[in-house]
Amino acid sequence: MQSTTAETVRTALSRRGRWGLGEIAFWLVAAATLFFLPERHLILNEIAIIGLFALSLDLILGYAGIVSLGHAAFFGLGAYVAGILARNGMTDPLAGLVVAAIAGAILGFITSFLVLRGSDLTKLMVTLGVALVLGELANQMSWLTGGADGLQGISMGPILGLFEFDIFGTTAYAYSLVVTFLLFVIARRIVVSPYGLSLRAIRDNPLRARAVGIPVNRRLVAVYTLAAAYAGVAGGLLAQTTQFVSLDVLAFHRSADVMLVLVIGGVGYLYGGLIGAVVFKVLQDVLSAWTPQYWQFWIGLILVLLVLAGRERLTDKARFAVKRFFGRFRGKRPGALPSTSAREI
Amino acid sequence: MLTILFDGIAYGMLLFVLACGLAVTLGLMNFVNLAHGAFAMAGGYVTAVLMNRYGVPFLLTLPLAFAVPAVIGLVLERTLYKQLYARSHLDQVLFSIGLVFMAVAAVDYTMGSQQQMIQIPTWLQGRVEILGIQVGLYRSFIIAVCGVLVVVLQYILTQTRFGSRLRAAVDDPRVARGLGINVSVIFAATFAVGSGLAGLGGALGAEILGLDPTFPLKFMIYFLIVVTVGGTTSITGPFLASLILGIADVAGKYYVPSLGAFVIYTLMIVVLVLRPQGLFARAR
Repeated sequence: MQSTTAETVRTALSRRGRWGLGEIAFWLVAAATLFFLPERHLILNEIAIIGLFALSLDLILGYAGIVSLGHAAFFGLGAYVAGILARNGMTDPLAGLVVAAIAGAILGFITSFLVLRGSDLTKLMVTLGVALVLGELANQMSWLTGGADGLQGISMGPILGLFEFDIFGTTAYAYSLVVTFLLFVIARRIVVSPYGLSLRAIRDNPLRARAVGIPVNRRLVAVYTLAAAYAGVAGGLLAQTTQFVSLDVLAFHRSADVMLVLVIGGVGYLYGGLIGAVVFKVLQDVLSAWTPQYWQFWIGLILVLLVLAGRERLTDKARFAVKRFFGRFRGKRPGALPSTSAREI
Repeated sequence: MLTILFDGIAYGMLLFVLACGLAVTLGLMNFVNLAHGAFAMAGGYVTAVLMNRYGVPFLLTLPLAFAVPAVIGLVLERTLYKQLYARSHLDQVLFSIGLVFMAVAAVDYTMGSQQQMIQIPTWLQGRVEILGIQVGLYRSFIIAVCGVLVVVLQYILTQTRFGSRLRAAVDDPRVARGLGINVSVIFAATFAVGSGLAGLGGALGAEILGLDPTFPLKFMIYFLIVVTVGGTTSITGPFLASLILGIADVAGKYYVPSLGAFVIYTLMIVVLVLRPQGLFARAR
């Protein structure tokens, strides 16, 4: 007998898996910036990379509920791996990205066992510790990483042997955008799968998830590894497109920034990281043009206000408004959809 | 060798005074406050400004280095922190990181980004030899002050009425409230004292740890290590943890400088993985 529950879940998932008008519009706008904002490609490139990085944090924070203050570990590892490969003659960008992803995934797999235990606080400390250890390593192994001077002398070959990187960052931006888009599509597919559903069950109540037969630890290890691979790719992209890696990629403020990016955009849905990246970079650009040295103050203030005002309420409201806006074109009530609300972590 | 041990103990004592406020807010009240270092920095700057601009003697600045951060802590607790006690850890982390960013930029703006120098009084400078050990006078001073503080804190927490009220309020705020304990006043007072102690630690430690606007970020990890490794159910756990951390750090920097902070971070991860509740705590 085919149970009706399975049927309901399947239809709900496939409904959620459908691409909405808003999403299509989002990516069309992103693609359009390639042609209409040519003088902004350098910053857009950074936005795409930070967006991908935040997306990877969202996979573990928003979907699996693992609080991490050390996500820069994987980002930095990816950046160094891609940078060192390129410096040593392996200049094909895509191959570099693949290796960066694998390196991130391996580190993620190993360290994932460390975050399975303990409270939120223990997880925070362990992830932070991992990032700090990597930072120290990169600092000490200066024969490999260039230490405090940074990794210099990276030169990239053309992408697919066709597209050379140019100084305006157009190729770089197109490259980052395409990679981000492809990885986004994969992540989107994953979170609307039964697997993604089980992750959310774990996030909301690990005990209950285990009771209904979800292998909690295995799922968490898998998603942590996946997120680490994503972060590795983001780091690799940064190294390849800026052709420079410094210790900065492993610094604490990277981890804090990416969390901020994700929180600005909204935790627990995939566009949160991307939208947050746009808002964050634009804010940073405006603020640092206004007060070059002290823009961090305003970022801090925004963070404090965001938390005090109830960040979930704000992002939920904004998301609902967007949904309703695009729902109107389809002539359908959006409220009928089961909302994928960002729950307490 | 013994000199290193001595320096390590002084460093550890200092860390304890800096972190014990955090041990209460984070350990007992379960509030992840990454901004604790900002209070320590406030204390350090109070001392630096008073001494360098107004010529106030070092010892007289210490009470103020306690009082100013305590008042700041009290105001912030009453206005902002208390709204976040019931929120998720993520919210608390974000909120306190925001505070740190603001504090760092604000201090940078008002005081400049250079290192602040604190001239300790001449009678505290230099070293003497006791039983064949080179002992720094200033470090002995720190050990003495911090030792007294530890005893007083332990006494207050375990022997006085306030201490038992605090423990009750932390264990179960609702029941404590039902018994007529004014929980929010106790929390506010504790938070203020914790911030004040951090400020005092910042002032005492300015000579050893250095003082610049990035202080809260640089030492955040140390405070957190003390609290998480020490375990969060008592005051002795963090105390022992800070002593171990202090000695390990000083010895590590002396014997294997190339490894840097590596040893400490690795140790922390190992301890936390093996004993997520902390070294000296019973599992709850």
